[in-house]
Amino acid sequence: MDVGIVVFPGSNCDADTYHVVRDVLGHRAQYVWHEERTLDGLDAVILPGGFAHGDYLRAGAIAATSPVVRALRAYAAGGGVTLGICNGFQVLLEAGLLPGAMRPNACGEFRCECVHIRVERTDTPFTCALAAGEVLRLPIAHAEGNYYADPPTHRALLAGRQVAFRYCDASGATGPGANPNGSHDAIAGVASPTGAVVGLMPHPERASEGLLGGEDGRRIFDSLDRWVAARPPAAPAARAGLEVR
Amino acid sequence: MTDVRTPEARTVRVVVTLKPGVLDAPGQAIRHGLDALGHGGVRAVRAGKYFELEMADDGRPDGGGLEERVRQMCEGFLANTLIEEYRYDIV
Repeated sequence: MDVGIVVFPGSNCDADTYHVVRDVLGHRAQYVWHEERTLDGLDAVILPGGFAHGDYLRAGAIAATSPVVRALRAYAAGGGVTLGICNGFQVLLEAGLLPGAMRPNACGEFRCECVHIRVERTDTPFTCALAAGEVLRLPIAHAEGNYYADPPTHRALLAGRQVAFRYCDASGATGPGANPNGSHDAIAGVASPTGAVVGLMPHPERASEGLLGGEDGRRIFDSLDRWVAARPPAAPAARAGLEVR
Repeated sequence: MTDVRTPEARTVRVVVTLKPGVLDAPGQAIRHGLDALGHGGVRAVRAGKYFELEMADDGRPDGGGLEERVRQMCEGFLANTLIEEYRYDIV
C-alpha cells in the first residue's frame, strides 16, 4: 500500500503519521509537499494534524487554497481514499470536501487529553475493521474542534449516514459531560457520502502503539489496510483514464 | 458607502464576525476578562476579524466591479459563511 502524507507549512503530525504507516503497519509512506499538483498512484492520502499556515484566517482556510488541495479534489472525485486528522479535518471542511465548519471550543480552551469516540459508520476505508457502536479511546489536541452544521446540513448528514464518530463516555453514551469541545450532536468525525473521505478531530496516529498508552488508533489504520487489500484492482481502461460504459 | 476614490487604488475594510446564534467562545472569554479588570456593565462581546484590502480600481464609474469582487472574496475565503457573516465598506 502506498500512502501519501501531505505536508503543509505548519503541519506537525506528519512525521508521527509517517512513522505509523511505515514502521508500525509496514506500508510504503511518502511525504507530499503542499505544492504538489498530483496524487496519482497513491492508495490513500492522509492530511495530518498541525497548524497549517499558522491557522491564520481560520484553521485550514489558507491550506485549502494549496495546489495539493486542488489535486485532492480531483483525487477524491475519482474515489480516492482520504483521511483528515485534526488540522487535516479542518482543511477538508474549509476545502468543502466534507460538510460543516469548526468553531473555537465551547470551553474557550485548548483541549489536550484522551477522549472516547463511538464508531457510527463502518462501511468506510477507515472504519471497516470496527464494529458499529464500538468505543475507541484516542487523544485530542485542538482549540477549534467545535463542529458545527446548520440544520439543513445536519439533516443531510444524518440522512446520508455521514456521521462517522461521536464523542461519548467509556460506556459509549453521549452527553454534555462527554463532549470535549461542544461539537454539535457530539460529532467527532464526518464521512463523505460514499465514505471514501473521512475526517476526525482525535489523533489515531498518537495511539497506535502500546508504548504510547493505547492502540485503539491502530484500528483505524488496520481498517485502511483491510480496505485496500480487498479493493479490486482498477480496470486497465479506467486506469488509463478512458471512458468505460 | 462613500464615493471618494483615488485614480488607482481603493481601500476596502472588511469585518468578519460569527453569525448571531453561533457560540462565540472568544467573545465570551474577552467579556469575562473585561469583567475581571473591573469593567462592569459589558453585557456581551462579539469577537471578529478585521481586514484592510488595497484594491486596484480601473476607474469605471461603477467601481469596475470592485464591490462584486469584494463580495466574492468575502464569500469564498475571508468569511466562512456557514458560521460567519461579513460587512465591508469601500473608501
